[in-house]
Amino acid sequence: MNLSIAPALSVQNVSLAYGEKLALDKVSFTVFSGDCLILLGPNGAGKSSLFSLITRLYDTREGSIDIAGLNLKRNSSKALARLGVVFQQSTLDMDLNVERNLLYHSDLHGLSRKLAKLRIQEELERQAMFDRRHERVRQLNGGHRRRVEIARALLHKPNLLLLDEPTVGLDMPSRKAIVEYVHQLSAEQNIAVLWATHLVDEIFKTDQLIVLHKGTIRFQGSVQQLLAKTATPTVADAFQHLTREGK
Amino acid sequence: MNLPHYLRALRGISTRELLRFVHQRERFISALVRPLVWLFIFAAGFRSTLGLSPTPPYETYILYEEYITPGLIGMIQLFNGMQSSLSMVYDREMGNMRTLLISPLPRWFLLVAKLLAGTLVSILQVYAFLLVAWLYDVRTPLEGYLGVLPALLLSGLMLGALGLLLSSFIEQLENFAGVMNFVIFPMFFLSTALYPLWKLQESSQLLHTLAQFNPFSQAVELIRFALYGQFNIYASIYTLSALTLFLSAAVIGYNPSKGMMQKKGGK
Repeated sequence: MNLSIAPALSVQNVSLAYGEKLALDKVSFTVFSGDCLILLGPNGAGKSSLFSLITRLYDTREGSIDIAGLNLKRNSSKALARLGVVFQQSTLDMDLNVERNLLYHSDLHGLSRKLAKLRIQEELERQAMFDRRHERVRQLNGGHRRRVEIARALLHKPNLLLLDEPTVGLDMPSRKAIVEYVHQLSAEQNIAVLWATHLVDEIFKTDQLIVLHKGTIRFQGSVQQLLAKTATPTVADAFQHLTREGK
Repeated sequence: MNLPHYLRALRGISTRELLRFVHQRERFISALVRPLVWLFIFAAGFRSTLGLSPTPPYETYILYEEYITPGLIGMIQLFNGMQSSLSMVYDREMGNMRTLLISPLPRWFLLVAKLLAGTLVSILQVYAFLLVAWLYDVRTPLEGYLGVLPALLLSGLMLGALGLLLSSFIEQLENFAGVMNFVIFPMFFLSTALYPLWKLQESSQLLHTLAQFNPFSQAVELIRFALYGQFNIYASIYTLSALTLFLSAAVIGYNPSKGMMQKKGGK
């Protein structure tokens, strides 16, 4: 496969079961560079399971996942090098300062110290956090911690950025800032974004959507297509309509 | 993935572990106080009741404090190994572990790097303990302080690997109390840390046999001989074999295709 034109993420017929319970049932979709794909689903829809498979915390037993044309099972290290992740729970070291946390990540990705410092400055400055690089993470508020985590996920210049409900528990201004920043990233830097959420107000009109419910994809397409298909005036109504079925 | 990448990752993981240790002052103090309580109080109390005849590596009669020192070094490493396993369970619950596991490096390497970093911390603790013991006049030959380093590396890795293996089984932090009861205490008391094997044999043949096969005993003996500039081949091979076994099982336990990660991630 030509890696330069390969989708940033390709998920094909992926299923996952916990014992008898099917968490994901033949899920397939692709995300291309510059796309911001919103994975919308209520709690327990299978979003976190899907993220665990894409980040290879769990092995894909049924179906296949490719990141930037690299198969996650056969080429896991190379595939993971193309991936940046912001998990639902904060994964920063509270007792270390911002810069130390970012250097740790740079080391894990094999960046030289010089390049790491350069990238850290670049990413933190973009989010107005550079002056706070020597502060302990514990001293930062929730919104600022999230900014650091997004900066961290971008240090190794990934093709695909995964965000698992990154705004949960944040106040409105912080949420708005993060939503806008990530959309800007995908538009201006051509990064593919996969954003899992259950908050419909985080969706832009230009976004692509996937509605996941009980492990299956109920809808896949643009915001306009969603409204047309469900004959509803808002995304919130459409979401409710789609996730009510089959209950 | 090339050699500089591996080295940088090793640097990152070790630095993080060391900084965490430095920041958690209570952890350092308790790691130091625990063996010192044994040395200053327990050993002083038992000095008069426990007569020890000279057995290798000792050439003359020794004070109980001197006998117990390698055992207490082993205890520091045992606790540290279990504590890093606790921190891995904590990291997994809190999510920090995920950043490590999604790094673009083979998982076995990440686990070995984590293990090395934890061992490094335990070696620092041991030298801090040896310094205090030296000031208290519990001393070994000078060359022993350097000679013990490779032994500490091997025993620290073995006990850390055991912790790593346990952490792949433990799902929640609360289960650590079980580790204390069922791993740390039996391993420590059923070993040559506090009394020589022949003393144990006088009381019970079964306990003697169990202590003999306890890998912690062999780690303690390895340290004991090394502190006197001697190399205990049997203890080294035994400790190395235990390390290989524990580490292989831990790598399988953390492999997403096999072991515990797969069980957690669906059947």
